[in-house]
Amino acid sequence: MPRRDDIESILVIGSGPIVIGQASEFDYSGTQACRVLKEEGYRIILVNSNPATIMTDPEFADRTYVEPLDPDIVEAIVERERPDAILPTLGGQTALNLAMALVERGVPEKFGIELIGANAEAIATAENRDKFKAAMTEIGLKVPDSGFAYTLDEAMTVGREIGFPLIIRPSYILGGQGTGIAHDEDDLRRLATTGLAASPVSEILIERSIAGWKEYELEVMRDHADNCVIVCSIENFDPMGVHTGDSITVAPAQTLSDVEYQRMRDAAFACIRRIGVDTGGSNIQFAINPDDGDMVVIEMNPRVSRSSALASKATGFPIAKIAARLAVGYTLDEITNDITGETPASFEPTIDYVVTKIPRWAFEKFPGQPAILGTRMQSVGEAMAIGRTFPESLQKGLRSLEHGRMGLNCDPAERLLDDVDDDELVRMAAVGTPDRPFQLEAALRRGISVERLYQATRVDPWFLDQILQIVEERAHLAETGYSHVSRRDWRRAKRLGFSDAQLAYLWGVTEADVREARLAAGVRTTFKTVDTCGAEFEARTPYHYSTYEDEDEVHTTDARKIMILGSGPNRIGQGIEFDYCCVHASLALRAAGFETIMVNCNPETVSTDYDTSNRLYFEPLTHEDVLNVIEAEQPDGVIVALGGQTPLKLAGQIPHSLVLGTSPESIDLAEDRERWNALCARLEIPQPAGGTATNFEQAKEIVDRIGYPALVRPSYVLGGRAMEIVYDEDGLRRAMAELAGFGSLGKEGGLSAERPVLVDRFLEDAIEVDVDALRDATGEVVIGAVMEHVEEAGVHSGDSACVIPPPTLPHSVIEVIEDYTRAIAAALDVRGLINVQYAVKSGQVFVIEANPRASRTVPFVAKATGVPLAKIASRIMTGSTIAELREEGLVHPPTSGGHVSVKEAVLPFNRFPDVDTVLGPEMRSTGEVMGIDLTFGLAFAKSQMAAGNTLPEEGAVFLSLADRDKPAGLDAARRFVEHGFSIVATSGTAAYLEEHGVPVARVVAKVGEAQDVPDAVRLISNGEVQLVVNTPRGRGPRADGAYIRTAANVHKVPCLTTAAAARAAASGMADWAKHPLQVRSLQEFHADDQLQLPL
Amino acid sequence: MTTTEPRPQPTPATPARPARREDALLVLADGTIFEGEAIGAVPPNGVATGEVVFNTVMSGYQEVITDPSYAGQVIAFTYPHIGNYGATDADDESRRPFCRGIVVRDLARRPSNWRSDDDLEAFLVKHGVPGIAGVDTRRLTRHIREAGSMPCAFGTADEATLKQAAQDEPGTEGIDLVATVSTRQPYTVGHGRFSVVAYDFGIKRAILRHLEDIATVEVVPANTPAAAVLARNPDGVFLSNGPGDPAAVGYAVDTIKELVGKVPIFGICLGHQLLALALGGETYKLKFGHHGGNHPVRRVVDNAVEITSQNHNYAVAEGSLTHSEVSHVNLNDGVIEGLRHDGKRAFSVQYHPEAGPGPHDARYLFRWFEEEMAQDPAGAATKDGAH
Ligand SMILES: Nc1ncnc2c1ncn2[C@@H]1O[C@H](COP(=O)(O)OP(=O)(O)O)[C@@H](O)[C@H]1O
Ligand SMILES: Nc1ncnc2c1ncn2[C@@H]1O[C@H](COP(=O)(O)OP(=O)(O)O)[C@@H](O)[C@H]1O
Ligand SMILES: [Mg+2]
Ligand SMILES: [Mg+2]
Repeated sequence: MPRRDDIESILVIGSGPIVIGQASEFDYSGTQACRVLKEEGYRIILVNSNPATIMTDPEFADRTYVEPLDPDIVEAIVERERPDAILPTLGGQTALNLAMALVERGVPEKFGIELIGANAEAIATAENRDKFKAAMTEIGLKVPDSGFAYTLDEAMTVGREIGFPLIIRPSYILGGQGTGIAHDEDDLRRLATTGLAASPVSEILIERSIAGWKEYELEVMRDHADNCVIVCSIENFDPMGVHTGDSITVAPAQTLSDVEYQRMRDAAFACIRRIGVDTGGSNIQFAINPDDGDMVVIEMNPRVSRSSALASKATGFPIAKIAARLAVGYTLDEITNDITGETPASFEPTIDYVVTKIPRWAFEKFPGQPAILGTRMQSVGEAMAIGRTFPESLQKGLRSLEHGRMGLNCDPAERLLDDVDDDELVRMAAVGTPDRPFQLEAALRRGISVERLYQATRVDPWFLDQILQIVEERAHLAETGYSHVSRRDWRRAKRLGFSDAQLAYLWGVTEADVREARLAAGVRTTFKTVDTCGAEFEARTPYHYSTYEDEDEVHTTDARKIMILGSGPNRIGQGIEFDYCCVHASLALRAAGFETIMVNCNPETVSTDYDTSNRLYFEPLTHEDVLNVIEAEQPDGVIVALGGQTPLKLAGQIPHSLVLGTSPESIDLAEDRERWNALCARLEIPQPAGGTATNFEQAKEIVDRIGYPALVRPSYVLGGRAMEIVYDEDGLRRAMAELAGFGSLGKEGGLSAERPVLVDRFLEDAIEVDVDALRDATGEVVIGAVMEHVEEAGVHSGDSACVIPPPTLPHSVIEVIEDYTRAIAAALDVRGLINVQYAVKSGQVFVIEANPRASRTVPFVAKATGVPLAKIASRIMTGSTIAELREEGLVHPPTSGGHVSVKEAVLPFNRFPDVDTVLGPEMRSTGEVMGIDLTFGLAFAKSQMAAGNTLPEEGAVFLSLADRDKPAGLDAARRFVEHGFSIVATSGTAAYLEEHGVPVARVVAKVGEAQDVPDAVRLISNGEVQLVVNTPRGRGPRADGAYIRTAANVHKVPCLTTAAAARAAASGMADWAKHPLQVRSLQEFHADDQLQLPL
Repeated sequence: MTTTEPRPQPTPATPARPARREDALLVLADGTIFEGEAIGAVPPNGVATGEVVFNTVMSGYQEVITDPSYAGQVIAFTYPHIGNYGATDADDESRRPFCRGIVVRDLARRPSNWRSDDDLEAFLVKHGVPGIAGVDTRRLTRHIREAGSMPCAFGTADEATLKQAAQDEPGTEGIDLVATVSTRQPYTVGHGRFSVVAYDFGIKRAILRHLEDIATVEVVPANTPAAAVLARNPDGVFLSNGPGDPAAVGYAVDTIKELVGKVPIFGICLGHQLLALALGGETYKLKFGHHGGNHPVRRVVDNAVEITSQNHNYAVAEGSLTHSEVSHVNLNDGVIEGLRHDGKRAFSVQYHPEAGPGPHDARYLFRWFEEEMAQDPAGAATKDGAH
């Protein structure tokens, strides 16, 4: 049956901010869905609170609501737009939960709306572990025995019934505390106790542990005619016990015989049919006992998922796109496979290469959180690599991560493991951690047997033997020596994924030497095509990966070609915002008649969708790999300024003539502190006093000059990596030592001769300001926006809320800031984007840093002002002038719809319950949301709601303030009281407030103190406090306030850690109370400059 | 990157790679050459020949290698890692492999699977199957896709020798390969309620496993006369899969002509082509055939889509069938995948509903056969009247 005509408009629900477990993959799927549904002629209403997404670009929907993903809000949107259908299966867990909430409220009935994709019944059955297990048993599929317990006794009985080992999983908990594996009654007693305590509803799931079994995933699609296909099978390198999102995963499954695979396939079909997912994709997880093939079902996700995005990139089969078509009535055989352009989508992709996905974690940013992998996902991003064999894709994947590793060891950082003894090494590898693959290689290199490692780690012997082949080749290459390697040796080495850099390290020569010798031996890169069919049919879609074979399938064109370097795996500080910029460049340049070539290795993104650019190269973003693509494509220019620090680092290593936009010299000028200082001095732009040091002594000299507190951080890193505010000499010594440590390992942010440390005077209580601007070859500058931060300088720009237009900055200051920005842009001869950060202290403007590249705020500015900065930048970089683009209509003045836009950061603390939630100069947020409304208060309130800290409308506010925050806090407290909130405070704060005439309803004891008065933590856990304002006092990691903030985090009580945020919240709550809830689409805000919406 | 001082090498506890495999070449009849290394059995004078075809399955290599339909052919696997889960007798599709060799990108040396009792290389050696590894199999596949499947030679012999061997290799056209794989003696398996005579043109065990559940199956040599079969008075006759060119087994076509109409007939793959010929249809050779586990097929009755396992180089010509109708069609290229002649209660499919390897979507066809036989009054009478 073709397209449904009984529906006209569809509400698509996005997945909101990037958080751990829900990242860019849902922008990829959502964007695909909106694209095809629009093509199909439906009216698309989109709601998503994440401004950094492509899907929220106004052109992808008829009505785009950048509003909180909250039932009230979405109901308001439904009321306004009256869609015929809601598509909830493309926005991750968030969209599913939201849809279910709407169902519970009876919204669909009330407005006569249909849920398409999956119905409520199906969602409920799949999402509820009990119902799911029952359903699976009913169709004869095994699930691990399990039971719920609410008391210790129950736990013990249930446990005994099931039998050990057991896995304890408390319900509704954060970060997996209380989760663990019990091998005997004592373990069980211990874990059950902590688990019950950890669970707010004191409920724990006790399940037979099958840790160590092989874990698999199947991506299934089903149409309404009940045709089912498997798009991809995935095998986890890390066995059961490590979350699939934290496992290295490999496609296709490697160690399943066809008999087992077909059994799993049958089970997957039975599962999707029983659960009743009518149309679209589902992800089903299985575990297999390696000793006897016993198979159990772990879970099913009745929607597109992170894995389905991976499967799409791994096979070329666009799951989300096809799921969207199926949802509106098509059957699989009615949709053509656009890669072959001839065969239908009703088939099962077969691939002739191996895909390896490797997660990227950010443990270094969360001290206190052990870097141990478990059943809860903790990674913040991932890289995918394609090779003809597993060793090749594994090594490509590891160097794609940009952790300063060049492959599977055989690089300086491998020395880390040198002085670990064999037994210890095996013990280390037995625990799932980010370092496991390196430990395994090192162990095999020492001659530790595959069998022993398998017994210890349960990593499948096949994988271990593949690693052993890398080990043996290395030994052979080392023996043979640089000057004696034959063509055959070169070919073998490259086919096993060795990078030239690894070989250079192995032989103690330069990477350039290696490349030269290799090419001389006639061993060069060949590019193959991802075509869904193992070359059985001709492929239309040019989606390529490098390998070392006979035949190169790439035939470049002689059109004007621009290569865009992407931003690699998502990490804190460099995420979807940069992918957004790269995608915009590709769209804008294609529209302007260029051919675009995308190079990236992040499977979650829109940039790695094969139809975003004319050609896609799924490659690591390293010097060698990028050079290979340049040689194959001979582009007219390369864009390095839109993908964040990753491509910027490569700018110096690729032919200068090719680098488009701001020159590498200027980039270096802005990064090299000495030269940058000189430049600011020449321009007479004040900077915080400071200098650069390569050792402690130099650092100390600087501080003696500028005084404490001082800010210490490495150069050439993003997101305030390893940045510290030091208040005394000890702090300084510690900070320097740590950075020196990194350096010797070649780690990101490491201190070394060419990467000195920056030491600056730390400006206290300064207002931070971000500016994004554009400049062209003629010297014309356009100020994109001046953003005032809510939190003071010292909270990383990426972690603080910021506002357009600036709510408090006087006009005079804004003018100074704009002048400085123009001057800096001119001095750096910027061609394209520049981001400048300022700190305004008592009216004086200091420049903190300038980055002549796209910044994290570009998409936010574009959504707030309607000016597509990244598109304009890409055109400027390819030679257009701002004047020309103004002619074209691409450049236009920002909309002044009378609205205020607030960007708020979203932090992953719920995953890391033991980590202090205080904000600092090291960025830790994973994503962002945007609140738009007509006053700052309303916009801020929406931003908080969208970020998951909905401000209360009544109740008690708890305040505990550092002395320097008390004046500001007082102001906030006054307003809280005005709006009918009662105040609870710690003694010191209480005294200060009362002496300034603010009534304090309740004084609480310091944590742990006096048993008669309840302490703050207890109040918070008892739900007697609706909002916590706690600014850091002590500097110790476990200073008093930390307990309070952690309690708030665990019990989901909104918690503000700066007085500034408290003030903003107060005005937010005030306006929220005054005005009725209103929702408006971006199209309306952008429509008419003068539209002044009624309050 | 700057120079790093040489890494002090830990004395390799793991010996440098065991003696490397011997270099080998794969040469196609059209002269195209591929580099690789010799694996599996050592062919006489280092030369193995056959008609090279590619197969796109990602699992099920042992079933493919032991499928008699590959007699005379060299199988190139498009999936790079072959042998990962080892080998086990349970996965044999016949008493031994009949293919002439295999071409792979990478042969696993350390298999891992609880079912495995041998590694694939040992299996190949045991059964005298030579192979070549390390080949750019994607280039080979693309070449065959363009030029069509063709004779080839591979091994450790020198290039000239291999070139000559490839040109001398006859391929499969017009050759009766069935005779080389069919059983010499009739034998009986199964215990189902019906009695079925199965013609062995190169029958797969997976097919027998399915027939066993519904019938007592007497497997007979390909050249068994129709009279002999009718004398047994079976409820149904099954026409198996098998290797090569249907036109080369005219005797089988004549036999089937005598059987149609007299007894329900079910054919698979070569059996399907032979039935078509017997019903007056024609067959032709496909450019590079269908060999894989992911071919979408439309079932004409209700338009349902089946993902099917396929392995054939020849097909039934469009429009050559007058009295019978097309029951299944390949959605990729429109090739006829099934036919049925209601009047004469005969039907057949070009693909492999028994899977082994491949998806199970089409197993219902064995039920169709069962129903066909159940409707057969004659058949019923001959039985003890149980039904
Ligand atoms: N019974 C079990 N024994 C051991 N590990 C398990 C068990 N159940 C799940 N796991 C591990 O926990 C991970 C997460 O479990 P899952 O049910 O998939 O939850 P989620 O919804 O977070 O994906 C799985 O990927 C698996 O590695
Ligand atoms: N001299 C300073 N005084 C106060 N805060 C500062 C100072 N320098 C930097 N910061 C804070 O540290 C954060 C990160 O510094 P920045 O130079 O922007 O590093 P990054 O390159 O990681 O953005 C800034 O957003 C600001 O809040
Ligand atoms: Mg899961
Ligand atoms: Mg900054």
